[in-house]
Amino acid sequence: MKYVDEFRDGDLARHIAARIATAVQPDRRYSFMEFCGGHTHAIARYGIAELLPEAVRMIHGPGCPVCVLPIGRIDQAIHLALERGAIVCTYGDTMRVPASPVAAGPSPGDGVPLGGRAAKPPRGSSDPLSLMKAKARGADIRMVYSAADALKVARENPQREVVFFAIGFETTTPPTALVIRQAAAEQLSNFSVLCCHVLTPSAITHILESAEVRHYGTVPIDGFIGPAHVSIVIGSAPYEHFADEYRKPVVIAGFEPLDVMQAILMLVRQVNEGRAEVENEFTRAVTRDGNAAAQAVVSQVFELRERFEWRGLGEVPYSALKIRGDFAAYDAERRFGLDYRGVPDHKQCECGAILRGVKRPTDCKLFGTVCTPDNPMGSCMVSSEGACAAHYSYGRFRDIPVVAA
Amino acid sequence: MTKPDYIRPLDFRQGRIDMNHGAGGRAGAQLIDELFARAFDNEWLRQGDDGALLDVPADHRLVMATDAHVISPLFFPGGDIGCLAVHGTVNDVAMLGARPLYLAASFILEEGLALADLKRIVESMAAAARDAGVAVVTGDTKVVEQGKGDGVFITTTGVGVVPRRRRIGGAQARPGDVVLLSGTIGEHGVAVLSQRESLEFETAIVSDTAALHSLVAALLAAVPDGAVHTLRDPTRGGLATTLNEIARQSGVGMLLDEAAIPLQPQVEAACELLGLDPLYIANEGKLVAVVASEAAEAALAALRGHPLGAAAARIGVVHDDPHRFVQMATRLGGQRVVDWLSGEPLPRIC
Amino acid sequence: MCLALPARVVQRLDGEQAVVELGGVKKTVSLALVPEARPGDYVIVHVGHAIGLVDPQEAERTLALFAEMGAAR
Repeated sequence: MKYVDEFRDGDLARHIAARIATAVQPDRRYSFMEFCGGHTHAIARYGIAELLPEAVRMIHGPGCPVCVLPIGRIDQAIHLALERGAIVCTYGDTMRVPASPVAAGPSPGDGVPLGGRAAKPPRGSSDPLSLMKAKARGADIRMVYSAADALKVARENPQREVVFFAIGFETTTPPTALVIRQAAAEQLSNFSVLCCHVLTPSAITHILESAEVRHYGTVPIDGFIGPAHVSIVIGSAPYEHFADEYRKPVVIAGFEPLDVMQAILMLVRQVNEGRAEVENEFTRAVTRDGNAAAQAVVSQVFELRERFEWRGLGEVPYSALKIRGDFAAYDAERRFGLDYRGVPDHKQCECGAILRGVKRPTDCKLFGTVCTPDNPMGSCMVSSEGACAAHYSYGRFRDIPVVAA
Repeated sequence: MTKPDYIRPLDFRQGRIDMNHGAGGRAGAQLIDELFARAFDNEWLRQGDDGALLDVPADHRLVMATDAHVISPLFFPGGDIGCLAVHGTVNDVAMLGARPLYLAASFILEEGLALADLKRIVESMAAAARDAGVAVVTGDTKVVEQGKGDGVFITTTGVGVVPRRRRIGGAQARPGDVVLLSGTIGEHGVAVLSQRESLEFETAIVSDTAALHSLVAALLAAVPDGAVHTLRDPTRGGLATTLNEIARQSGVGMLLDEAAIPLQPQVEAACELLGLDPLYIANEGKLVAVVASEAAEAALAALRGHPLGAAAARIGVVHDDPHRFVQMATRLGGQRVVDWLSGEPLPRIC
Repeated sequence: MCLALPARVVQRLDGEQAVVELGGVKKTVSLALVPEARPGDYVIVHVGHAIGLVDPQEAERTLALFAEMGAAR
């Protein structure tokens, strides 16, 4: 695979690893956060931690849209399917996330499902529902691989309401915008989007500067590996803010392991030299300005929400998008009169601290006991890209001494 | 030579299964006569009883295995639910070092299933059974209402014989053993996924579905008795699941070499595109063999010498590990754990 | 989730769609966000859409950077 295999070469990896080892200064520790779940996954899958010197520690950030999706939003999606009779289309990643026990979404004024059949409402139980479990109870929930698939479902089922559960960072937002624009052009009367798109720069800011920072102590992050594909869309310019304001270097890295390692080397060098700049390792796909066509369609369809709850981070101002008034007919929140009800995580869940790099997965009492990939309690375990899930699946063997072959 | 019974023969071009076929009456008997018995024809079916009377050679023990097949779609590149049902159960029997002899097959047919499709499936099964040297000696059919079945579900139960002294099983792996894999992984799963409309990707990959008992026989003949400790075919859940199962059963750990695991470039690319790990994708014509280290070379040569094992490779070793981790040295030079699969990533694929 | 891969544009189709190829596997995706892509170009594909072009010269330059000899500054 061109542009993939060359960036996974083992010899080059060892070469870069050697240069990182030379670059780290004696008696100095480096903590870098890779913001994006795809980078967390690459580090885990290729075992990159093994190739880094002891002095370099990677902190897994919140950049996995499934991880940061609050329970309350999944409740809304389940409510639409189970109680309002809508066909809910969702990306596969969201299907297994546990939400509230009984679809705790709000009832509309008159409780009549719009144009569809309602499934039997679930009997009260303390088992958390998920989209997959709601499906087992008769909700019409369909996994799609793209937003366009959801539109297709709407066209094929004109008698039913179809809702696309739209999650994701800036990479995934333009496809949703295209689909809303297309629905408007076709004047579809049965399609809407439950918009949970979130923004990367605001989340990074929030990690660096929030009330909780005082509670948890100084944020021990020396620099960031910036997301690869988000940056293709938004460009490298939006990160210049952190570098200036917070004096933290940012290196935008591609998704392949060599990209990640090279970015770590570039961060080590910046820290050593006291620089705090935005550097771009992923020059083959990222420019300073990003993808203008994608940005244009997003600003045509969406606008900023004043606030939005992120699981594990609390309410973050100006960090998410909602659908503009021009496209109100395609906004599921308006169409179905939905309110948002936040649902707190387990009291002992340490995701908030883990997401800020103040604690590690193994510091959480729930990790590996109550909280596992099959039974996730918080955002860090919910998707394979979360810090706790990645550590559990790929790294927990390092916690326990194992006799080598 | 039976006299014709004054009934219209089944319409295999336009006909469909209906509730009559499952009612236990004439329609059902006709279906069995004209389709199943004709396709599977053997001395046991010709008896016309509800069960089969079988002989067991002296100094052997019986091995029995069963598998339900609920795959959708019914037809996929490289195979169909029929041959899959034969291969799957023949392989389960072969993985205990046994020679497969007999199959029982039960069919749950959905009202509305096209007889043309059913005929194609049954004939594929019959061909697979003949090629594998096994007889379908008894069976059953039921019909369920439309909407209650995915066209057809097939359950096969296989019986085979194994020499009394042979002991091959998941709990037999020992530290120091070598892990061998008979060929490239991920083809069956990818071939089935390529048929899912919503995925829309085109590939030349075909399912690797195959009966493995002759490969097993070649392997066992090439090494001393007792040198092969474990055999297993990595079906649902893929290679990763199979190795974790063996590790858990035997109370050992494993260390794999990622670069040694055979993988076709198109399978790798398809998995990348879908965000899947080939280690967890189903295979239907591959086996894992855990063998004593002194027999590893001969074992590998035996696999490679057989058409179904041409791409066989040594992929790892077994070692002492109270935690029973399956670890892997990555191509990049790092290390990771190859964990159990969490949840079901895909709809039914085998 | 942010899964995206570089694929070669094989053929443009109607309605801003195109056939792309990665490692021998072909897929139909939308070029609505990268309308300037032409057959032979490489695009980054995410959830059925091309989201950007791959610059071959920058790719070469990056690989050369990885292989760069000499001690760290």
